Amino acid sequence: MAEQYKSTIDADRAPVIEPGHTFGTITEKISAIVLTRPASNGWFIGFGIAFMLTMMMLFAIGYLFLKGIGIWGVTIPIGWGFAIVNFVWWIGIGHAGTLISAILLLLRQSWRNSINRFAEAMTLFAVACAGIFPLIHVGRPWLAYWLFPLPNSMGVWPQFRSPLMWDVFAVSTYATISALFWFTGLIPDLATLRDRTDNPALRIIYGILSMGWRGSARHWHRYETMYLLLAGLATPLVLSVHTVVSFDFAVGIVPGWHTTIFPPYFVAGAIYSGFAMVLMLAIPIRKIYGLEDFITERHLQNSAKVMLATGLIVGYGYMIEAFMGWYGGDRYDAFTLWNRLHGPYAVPYWMLLICNLFIPQVLWIRKLRTSPIALFFISGVILVGMWLERFVIVVLSLHRDFLTSSWGMYYPTRWDWMTYIGTIGMFLAAMFLFLRVLPAISIFEMRTLLPEAEVKE
Amino acid sequence: MKREPIYGIMAEFDSAQALVDAAHTTHQAGYKKIDAYSPFPIEGLAEEVGFHHDEVPLVVLIGGIIGGVSGYLMQYWMSAVDYPLNIGGKPYHSWPAFIIITFEMTILFAGISAVFGMLALNGLPMPYHPVFNVPRFSSASKDRFFLIVFSSDKKYDPAGTRKFLEALNPRSISEVPS
Repeated sequence: MAEQYKSTIDADRAPVIEPGHTFGTITEKISAIVLTRPASNGWFIGFGIAFMLTMMMLFAIGYLFLKGIGIWGVTIPIGWGFAIVNFVWWIGIGHAGTLISAILLLLRQSWRNSINRFAEAMTLFAVACAGIFPLIHVGRPWLAYWLFPLPNSMGVWPQFRSPLMWDVFAVSTYATISALFWFTGLIPDLATLRDRTDNPALRIIYGILSMGWRGSARHWHRYETMYLLLAGLATPLVLSVHTVVSFDFAVGIVPGWHTTIFPPYFVAGAIYSGFAMVLMLAIPIRKIYGLEDFITERHLQNSAKVMLATGLIVGYGYMIEAFMGWYGGDRYDAFTLWNRLHGPYAVPYWMLLICNLFIPQVLWIRKLRTSPIALFFISGVILVGMWLERFVIVVLSLHRDFLTSSWGMYYPTRWDWMTYIGTIGMFLAAMFLFLRVLPAISIFEMRTLLPEAEVKE
Repeated sequence: MKREPIYGIMAEFDSAQALVDAAHTTHQAGYKKIDAYSPFPIEGLAEEVGFHHDEVPLVVLIGGIIGGVSGYLMQYWMSAVDYPLNIGGKPYHSWPAFIIITFEMTILFAGISAVFGMLALNGLPMPYHPVFNVPRFSSASKDRFFLIVFSSDKKYDPAGTRKFLEALNPRSISEVPS
């Protein structure tokens, strides 16, 4: 009965991997992107633009170090501005990578096998971009090590009752575990590249990185145990990271921040924007590198469904925020709601509702869920919407809080924009390099999807 | 340690199923020091070559406990013992506020122990290994499956073991120089 049920589902869905592949063709197809395919002009142009944007970011940060954060639009009362908006946005994007690699592994969703590698890379680069912002926002970045509990000549320690300290630990743990997860996942594939390449220098480099992996049954057994345990550890970790990020706001008493809906609403929003970024990367990659056999319509559909579901959770968050503002009886919360709908930043608020809540509802239409072009644009809209959401959370609550005498406005400067757009460049430059030097799809996990990988005792 | 000139005899198979069957037969025949190599993890293969005790979970458990305990004690010692500061009238030992960092440290230490424990138990990194001397072995990371009987096995004898492996119908047989 159960098997019958399974077969009807499978007949209805697009396959996870197109038929006709063997262990050999999977290996050749994925490793050829790295080993034999020459870098195209398109790659050089794309990487060149991304690299120039990275240089622009370094220039903006260099000038910031010279002049101080006065070059940004941050003032009192809006002391957080772009730096925190972008930090939360980037960290959120990273969450989809861990969700795909860890949570979907535990749930035995084998379709994850072809997108987990580059989604994890995306996580790593997104966390790197996120990590820049708090560091340059502290004003004296050369003292940023004060955030860590290191012995120092003043004899003082960090303040562990503060959510900002929790954030330091959550984000640095997240970065470490994501890097380990990504690297250990690569070890068997690096061994494949070591054995496939004709270039002696590359063989040495991949040989060192693969640590002499030889695929012994004992090694695989420990490896799989480790991988499963790491997935089990990364799952609560990823849920905790955006929860802790939301505590930065929710533990404060500022109207619009001090709510209990924040942790789940932040985590859902993170996965929402992360899947949008996964699709924005996967759709061009599968097209350009001819990987439609491995990243099939099924992957696009499933990602679209995850976006639809998390988008509705986010929408529920907006609804509860508005409801509590009206029903809660707190005049400051009520004013925050009014200020969102009619205040000087009403345009970003309405835009975020349009981008996050209304436009993505077209994903209910099956035809759009399977159309790469439509998905690409909807994902872009969601990424813009999620950025606006963070802007609204950070700026709108700060600019008009309890006392009218301390109200103000926030206008980002060109340095804010240069830093923000520069991190997008850095993220893309890292992705471009990753595609050329490491297998973008997990080769050994793709092999396990073939029916020949099944054995009977 | 005196080394045998021959590290073992290796047989090459075409499919995962053939490798599992061959490993099963070889182990049943009394060869205890054997190993199998495959391009992807195969369920049950480790048991067939006589591997039963996986210590990785224990290492992770110990790592997690160390991380959690040290994370909590660190915060307690720094906030309540070494430099007590009155922050908004909160107790020095504000344990609810310490839970999050305790949790993060548990995950951090458990995760690091998982990765480095796995590598250490597997004896990696090990850039050189005798099996790499077999030219055909480069397919072990692509689409071929290998079984080796080590020369240190009690039942090993060059001619007899070779004959035994040949009976398993492999694609090829090679001696592995050490």
